[in-house]
Amino acid sequence: MRSSRRVSALRYVVLSVLALLFLLPFYVLLRNGFSSERLLASAQWRWLPDQVNADNLRELFGNDSIRMARSMANSAVVAVVQTLATVVISALAGYGLARIDHRLSRLVLGLTVLTLMVPAAVTFIPSFVLVSSLGWISTLRGLIIPVLFSAFATFLFRQFFLGFPHELEEAAYIDGAGYWRTFWRVVMPNTYGICAAVGTITFIGSWNAFLWPLLIGQDRDFRTVQVALSQFMSSQRVDVPQLFVGAAVAILPVLLVFLFLQRYLVQGVERSGID
Amino acid sequence: MREGPRVRKARTLQQNRNRWFWVFVGPFLLGLLVFVYVPILWSVYLSFFDARNTVTPTRFVGLGNYVYLLRDPAFVSSMGTFLVFAAFIVPVTFACSLGLALLVNKARVAQAFFRSAFFLPTACSYVIAAMIWRLSFFNGARFGLANSLLRSLGFENVNWLSGGNYGYWVVLVSLRLWLQVGFYMILFLAGLQRIPTDTYEAAAIDGAVGWKVFRWITLPQLRATSVAVVLLLLIAAFQAFDEFYNTLISVGGYPPFARPPLVYLYLISLGGGSQDLGLGSAGTIILTAVVVIIGVVQLKIFSVGGKEDRA
Repeated sequence: MRSSRRVSALRYVVLSVLALLFLLPFYVLLRNGFSSERLLASAQWRWLPDQVNADNLRELFGNDSIRMARSMANSAVVAVVQTLATVVISALAGYGLARIDHRLSRLVLGLTVLTLMVPAAVTFIPSFVLVSSLGWISTLRGLIIPVLFSAFATFLFRQFFLGFPHELEEAAYIDGAGYWRTFWRVVMPNTYGICAAVGTITFIGSWNAFLWPLLIGQDRDFRTVQVALSQFMSSQRVDVPQLFVGAAVAILPVLLVFLFLQRYLVQGVERSGID
Repeated sequence: MREGPRVRKARTLQQNRNRWFWVFVGPFLLGLLVFVYVPILWSVYLSFFDARNTVTPTRFVGLGNYVYLLRDPAFVSSMGTFLVFAAFIVPVTFACSLGLALLVNKARVAQAFFRSAFFLPTACSYVIAAMIWRLSFFNGARFGLANSLLRSLGFENVNWLSGGNYGYWVVLVSLRLWLQVGFYMILFLAGLQRIPTDTYEAAAIDGAVGWKVFRWITLPQLRATSVAVVLLLLIAAFQAFDEFYNTLISVGGYPPFARPPLVYLYLISLGGGSQDLGLGSAGTIILTAVVVIIGVVQLKIFSVGGKEDRA
């Protein structure tokens, strides 16, 4: 038994070292955000920050070339609206596909599954062409509406509803409720888990999205925070500590969502997977 | 020929059903058609035309755009970049996420902490990760973390992102590995937890230990998960854009090396000077075709295992 205890101790050492390594980038983000430019450019790598105060933060929000407040607001609007709308649209469609017999169900399902295989990133040029013909470049409409229709979320909801017990709904039908009322009064109140899972995945994906906001948010008033950071990073005169304070601010909402809803995120990942 | 009340009732129920089907599915289907299928079809159309600086096609060129792209060294090399990237990132992520899952699965104490620590990077965006990798870890200056470590071990400074060596692959692969390994670890963990414990007990009675258990019990039981992980990893590698763009773009533009397909198409059609949408559309169609082929292979392999989903 002694050797197995040694193996187990070794396992914890390896796990702890790896965990530190995985958390290191988050630490570096903070270290840089609370450092002066002088420290970051010093000849040797330093582990501790030298400026643990809010100076960089104040300068960041006063810096007109990055427009942090505006881009955070844009990201917040896009992510919140996209999350809520995606959950509602996909839950409805998933329920319809799982429960209401229609001769076109199979066709719609086929179109949905086919889209799963054609990732949005590959269709960015045609989508851009469409959105620009609609005149939606540099608008919130253009940032939000085209990304609301998630085949992935719809597919997850359909799978969930296929496994959802019929009994509750049958009781409601017998009481004279139609599809609509049954859905909102009986079915939806029992779907917190899947809604939270889809919502968390959508929120994180939306907040972290880069390519689509880069194409649509061309005017600087419509940059999301990721695009703003990216352009600040590659601009002529980049203030590195400010950039990192900006990144720390930008990661905060998604980190909070992650930490509080992690359970649902894991469920969603597992369900999205496979078998 | 009068219909009996029963038939009539059945018919109104059917009509009701049709109506409610569209109420539920309609908004999604409309959005899917308008924002996915119309653009794809439009793109097919546009790909046969010369369309520069405009979204309306001007001159019909037939397959000209396709022929041009397939002969274009830059496009072909972008596919090569994808292949090189996939050749690194797919096996490395696979091995690391499976290894982490095995380690975490056996940890009795603080399992939730370790799982969270490895999963946490999923919350980070590629833009922010690229910032940390580019400006702090691999910045090529003496004070970057990687160079500080190298020098303390007695090596020379490496100019990671200049393209003069192949150091940028270390940057790109390690970045993506950090960001995505936790996600796939969760998939493997779920797979591991589905393996019934009596399978292991039976193996223990037969005297199987260590590597043998892994090779003959664990690995075969994870087959479905493994197949899915490989294909998901391939598709994700194919879509690489954010980290390439953000680690390598500079004030002067994007360097000629390390351009995966999406970056190349972005540069020729929207991001660079030429604004060639016809050519870009043709490239998109080629990429879509490749991704659909990967997807079809995926479905073929899956449907061997999972029949419960044939409604």
